[in-house]
Amino acid sequence: MVYITRAMDLAAVLTIEVLSGIAGLALISIGLAIIFGMMRVINLAHGEFMMLGGYAAIVATNHGVDIWISMLVVAPIVVGVIGVIAERTIIRFLYGRMIDTLLATWGLSLFFIGIVTTIFGNISAGIRAPLGSVAVGRYNISLYRLVLIGITAMIFGAIFIVLRRTRLGLIARGTMENPNMAAALGVSPSRVYATTFGIGAALTGLAGGLLAPISGILPTVGAAYVAKAFITVISGGTAILAGTLAAAGLFGSVNQLLTYFTTPVIGEAGLLAVAILLLRVLPHGITGKLFRGSL
Amino acid sequence: MAAIAVGVPRVVDQFGLLQLTIFAAMCILALSLGVVWGYGGILCFGQSAFFGLGAYTYAVTAINLEESTVAVILSIMVPAVFAALLGYFMFYGRLSDVYLGVITLSVTLIFFNLMNSTAGDVYRVGTARLNGFNGMPSLPTLNVPGDPGRLLDPTETFYLVMAVLVIVYVGLHALLASHFGRVVVAIRENETRCELLGYDVRLHKLLIFTIGGGIAGLAGCLFANWGAFVSPNVFSLTMTSQIIIWVIVGGLGTLLGPIIGCLIMQYLATMLGTQQLANTNLIFGTIFLAFVLLVPRGLVPSLRRLGARLVGRAPARGLEPGA
Repeated sequence: MVYITRAMDLAAVLTIEVLSGIAGLALISIGLAIIFGMMRVINLAHGEFMMLGGYAAIVATNHGVDIWISMLVVAPIVVGVIGVIAERTIIRFLYGRMIDTLLATWGLSLFFIGIVTTIFGNISAGIRAPLGSVAVGRYNISLYRLVLIGITAMIFGAIFIVLRRTRLGLIARGTMENPNMAAALGVSPSRVYATTFGIGAALTGLAGGLLAPISGILPTVGAAYVAKAFITVISGGTAILAGTLAAAGLFGSVNQLLTYFTTPVIGEAGLLAVAILLLRVLPHGITGKLFRGSL
Repeated sequence: MAAIAVGVPRVVDQFGLLQLTIFAAMCILALSLGVVWGYGGILCFGQSAFFGLGAYTYAVTAINLEESTVAVILSIMVPAVFAALLGYFMFYGRLSDVYLGVITLSVTLIFFNLMNSTAGDVYRVGTARLNGFNGMPSLPTLNVPGDPGRLLDPTETFYLVMAVLVIVYVGLHALLASHFGRVVVAIRENETRCELLGYDVRLHKLLIFTIGGGIAGLAGCLFANWGAFVSPNVFSLTMTSQIIIWVIVGGLGTLLGPIIGCLIMQYLATMLGTQQLANTNLIFGTIFLAFVLLVPRGLVPSLRRLGARLVGRAPARGLEPGA
């Protein structure tokens, strides 16, 4: 009897771990997926946008702002504004030149790392995770991780509704499909591009803010996220939401289970190996073949 | 270049000589990306993975055998084989440019994490402890082949590294002038057309990628030998971005460009490092952005174009990539 309850506890904990891993991947990838999926722009400064979101949340919290407000409001707004500025000053000159945007955003990422190191120094900062933990049998689970899963689900739901059901989403999808036609119908494509990039950046900043209490923040922390986020988005394929969710589901499970039974590093290496094998079979990502035409 | 190599040890002091040795080793690394990206059209963010793999292979083998000749050979072979393996998945999966960049970047970062986590006594290869983020200190340096007791002194090492640089440079020139090299450049210009003409695009890409990986490994070996030290930083994002910047600044589609770019940026990095005027990342990021936006061809091709215009000739067409 004892063994059965223990096994069930373990199963529950593992399920939560896997869900939390999937949510984490989906959360760090969604901003990138929007920018890449809608605009075909590879944003290599993605990790640094997350880093900036993390610093925004930490600085705001340390100045007495409520931790939830600084994570959920301050971080996305700060990074969204930075994103719009970057789009207007650099990226808009490079549309259609995929490699050049890739390189320019890499330059941008170094630039951000440099600025933040100059301001805050090359030391780690952090805030305490809110909420505490709950006990599941003999295991303790951080309540904050559970909340993160919920928040991620809400973000995906909100994006789906905006893209599918609102005028804004319709205009955005139309402009990405055919900018000239959209312009002829009275929409300003450059404004749509700037907004889309800003929203992608804001979501990235939100992810950075939400993860700051868990992982801590360094000027160079972006490198830890950027590879995973890119693998998820690229393996996901063209559909922003379905692709990101499918890839995050696959990689999150592989990563968390391997991590649980071996070490985090083997978990990461396994994630990468699965991704390379997947792209060998499906070069256009999961949604290049399955769930075609979904969002 | 040969003339500089012979003359330099007579005029600079020991410190300057060591500095030039590492510059030359880095130039070899720059050349490896210069040929893969500039001529092969393969945007590889993983050049530092091969570089680091070469450095670690050298370190582990040299410690185990207490002799450097086999270590040097392995430090070229292991990265080349790894590049071939990775290249197989990428080119035979027909991944496009951007996907290549992301995959190679991720591989590098995984290596970085993997090596960082190898601290402790468990992680050893033979007698060599990997030491995680602390790196592997006091590696055996290069010896005269067959005579482990006779180590090369700094001046000899400098001559050797310069000789390797010249050989790699001349060898790559010969390679690119050969039939194989012409096909590689043709593939960069128009992949579909080459395929329709009956060339095996995937194989050619795989081969040039493998050669680039081997050269980067050799550079890594020279780097590890130079400081008698190797740490996971060889796989870091900073390292990766440096190589890209060298090639961007120097110019794509030339062999001289990456060397010039590497020398300029290395000199700048050393200067910034000693003067603490501004953060190196900040300066490098700004230069990176400025070149991508304003001088996308890089220094050497731009200057050539300018020179040609001044002389009144039409710019030479041929090996430069299309705008």
